[in-house]
Amino acid sequence: MRSAIFFCAFLHLLIFPQISGAKTWKVGSQFPNKSIQSAIDMSKDGDTILVASGTYHEKNITINKSVVVLGKGMPVLDGDGKYEIVSIKAWHVVFSGFKLQHTGYASLTDPAAIKIYNSNYVTVSDNVLDDTFFGIYAQYSKKSIIKNNKLTSFGKEEQQIGNGIHCWKSDSMQIIGNTITGHRDGIYFEFVTNSVIWRNHSVSNLRYGLHFMFSHDDAYVANVFSGNGAGVAVMFSHGVKMFYNTFSENWGDAAYGILLKEISDSYIEGNRFIKNTMGIFMEGANRVTLKRNTFHNNGWALKIFASCMDVTVSSNNFFGNTFDVGTNGTLVLNTFNGNYWDKYEGYDLNRDKIGDVPYRPISMYSVIIEKNPPAMILFRSIMVSLLDKTEKLIPSLTPENLKDETPSMKPLEL
Amino acid sequence: MNKVIKYVIIDILRSKIVLAYTLLLLIISFSVFSLEGNSTKGLLSLLNLILFIVPLVSIIFSTIYIYNSAEFIELLVSQPLKRKNIWSSLFSGLSVSLSLAFLVGTGLPIMFYEPSATGYVMVLVGCFLSVIFVGIAMLASVINRDKAKGIGAAILIWLYFALIFDGLVLFLLFQLSDYPLEKPMMIISGLNPIDLSRITVLLRLDESALMGYTGAVFKDFFGTNIGFITTLISLIIWILIPFAISLRRFKHKDL
Amino acid sequence: MIKLQNISKKFGKLKALDDVSIHFSKGECIALIGPNGCGKTTMIKSILGMAVPDSGQILFNDKNISPDWKYRSQIGYMPQIGRYPDNMNIGQVISMMKDIRHSDQLQLDEELIHNFELSKMLNKRLSTLSGGTRQKVSAVLAFLFNPEVLILDEPTAGLDPVSSEILKEKINKEKQKGKLILITSHVLSELDDLITQVVFMQDGKLKFHNTIEELKQETGEQKLSKAIAKIMLKEATHE
Repeated sequence: MRSAIFFCAFLHLLIFPQISGAKTWKVGSQFPNKSIQSAIDMSKDGDTILVASGTYHEKNITINKSVVVLGKGMPVLDGDGKYEIVSIKAWHVVFSGFKLQHTGYASLTDPAAIKIYNSNYVTVSDNVLDDTFFGIYAQYSKKSIIKNNKLTSFGKEEQQIGNGIHCWKSDSMQIIGNTITGHRDGIYFEFVTNSVIWRNHSVSNLRYGLHFMFSHDDAYVANVFSGNGAGVAVMFSHGVKMFYNTFSENWGDAAYGILLKEISDSYIEGNRFIKNTMGIFMEGANRVTLKRNTFHNNGWALKIFASCMDVTVSSNNFFGNTFDVGTNGTLVLNTFNGNYWDKYEGYDLNRDKIGDVPYRPISMYSVIIEKNPPAMILFRSIMVSLLDKTEKLIPSLTPENLKDETPSMKPLEL
Repeated sequence: MNKVIKYVIIDILRSKIVLAYTLLLLIISFSVFSLEGNSTKGLLSLLNLILFIVPLVSIIFSTIYIYNSAEFIELLVSQPLKRKNIWSSLFSGLSVSLSLAFLVGTGLPIMFYEPSATGYVMVLVGCFLSVIFVGIAMLASVINRDKAKGIGAAILIWLYFALIFDGLVLFLLFQLSDYPLEKPMMIISGLNPIDLSRITVLLRLDESALMGYTGAVFKDFFGTNIGFITTLISLIIWILIPFAISLRRFKHKDL
Repeated sequence: MIKLQNISKKFGKLKALDDVSIHFSKGECIALIGPNGCGKTTMIKSILGMAVPDSGQILFNDKNISPDWKYRSQIGYMPQIGRYPDNMNIGQVISMMKDIRHSDQLQLDEELIHNFELSKMLNKRLSTLSGGTRQKVSAVLAFLFNPEVLILDEPTAGLDPVSSEILKEKINKEKQKGKLILITSHVLSELDDLITQVVFMQDGKLKFHNTIEELKQETGEQKLSKAIAKIMLKEATHE
């Protein structure tokens, strides 16, 4: 990895010939240059600043030139609980190999360990962040890469901690292979477009593992969102692609695998939802395709409000969920087909592996509690299971057209 | 008095029914735990079974036992023994043996697979249910002279607590859906020992997250120590009142 | 020894006992007779405290029995149908009764166990026993604790002639000791020679209470059964 960064730095030299003859500045207690900031001040665009191991208390380091700042042996940058540690205010900056700890804590100025201001083509990689308010913060940035960083914080309350990786009004960002723990939201996007979030672990954050709003045409691939206070929230966006992510252990009163609100033209495929209070909660979703996902041991696998239209749920596996599907109202404009439901009790006479009678994934009791929430006190009572059994035989209360006409007899291989 | 208890217990334990009940519980508990990979989930499945089987077996077995012991009771009454002692001994004997059957049948597997506070609360609640329904059975059998009527009454009572009561609650909820009913529901749930037991255990399980606002309101009260103690007191009242009434009737009963 | 004062007891509309007053004294062997449903069994049960009279009081050695239960230690009761916990054997039932009655302070009378040859059957479960054997167990229990009063409800019904004879002898022996013995029986002839007094009841009312001598004199019959039949006939013509 380290060599790749040097290679990047080398590429920079090739691409920008005007800074040929670039210099390398060494910083450390054994060198004349003891301060990183002063090295930056002396450097020119295209220079490299090599920082030796040690602990640096420099209040705030502002990188306002297109330089490569590399830590050797994980030098520690300490913000003493007061400052924003690194501010990147130039294009093409590479910042890599540091341990950053103890940023200031203030909700007005949003201090971060690393903040990118209005700069494109910035790379922040292989850093370790410990006890930070915001972790890595990007605003008005394009085509930047945030990669392989490890962010740990120790927030106790949502209001007193910032987000792990926070991007605002940015475009074409790459967030890859980061691990984020203990922040408010693990990854936060607002007005971020055409970006990719790949192979991150966002675990045990106070609010959402991933949270984005007004962020269109982004792709989320192979991430793990687990044990976050409220799961993942996705709102007011279109063109969202979520593939092969794992959403698990988001268990609590208002926790979701994913909360989808006002989402359209999106694809949610190949994901796994394990042990969430609600696997997916959808409100005002349009033209969303749910395909080849696995829902395991969730309270509700899916909760689809009547405000959703043209949602297609097909070829998913449902195992051991307390309720498969919940909805409010009786209007259903969504399609279910070819899913495997472990609660399906039908038969397959012609042996085409598709059940001959439709499956109704919505139980009578889930309709009742939607209409009358206090009825929840009858949860798990004998009467409720009897009601559900009766409803299966003679459907009367559950929405007539909410059914899977072609339920699979066997779990699909996903 | 203790002597009569001793003989009642010996008599009950000798009958194959309690043994069969113990075995049934053992088989069910072990298979539930081994089928469910997750032992908390096993606990949940077991909860449903306990709420169904324990009251049913307790009430039916006790009712039949009292009727079948009519002559034995007659014999005891003609002996120099207080009626109160005879009746209390029968009650204690039935309670101890059925609780013992439950403890062995369910307590052992729970101790083995899920030795958590929730597990123990469930064992406790099961014992309470056993004893409560012994008391109710004794009331049903002291009121009805006729055995068939008495057993019929016992089944109806069970049906009421297991099913009809919840149906009425649901009906009430829909009739009064314009009012906030969470708090009154807490009192109403105290009117049915099965519901009370179910809620007490359920709130200690992860599943309670599904119960939303209602669950939260309940948890606020039942989740605290005071709530737990209140639950225990209500369950104790559920033991004492039916038994006390049955004792009063028995004292003046012609045999 | 036992006094009933104005005892009444109703079962629904049926008057089982209608203002009955009677005195049973020590050393007597009294036959309680009357047609089915005349109130014999109710009277016995009231004395035993198994049925609670609606009005009147019962005195045992001049003490009201209703708040007291200890008086029953002086009564041996042999019910009409003796049924015991099905899962116990004879030995266990006997030792249970000994246990319950704190027999360690008492002189036990185990004569009947030997005479009925029950000692060989002690391991038999009660559920497997015939009616006759159960009767024997009941008899054993009634006599076991050497009570002052014996109340025997149809004692010989169901017993074979040999056992019946054994029981009769036993009753006679206890009578000689000066105990009070109350017997209800349909088959009088068997007990003729034991009985000193006869109590006849009908429809919950006490019809008469005479010594056997008075009865025989009055009717001129030597056989008890005939004497009673004559009286009943007389009663019927009176009405």
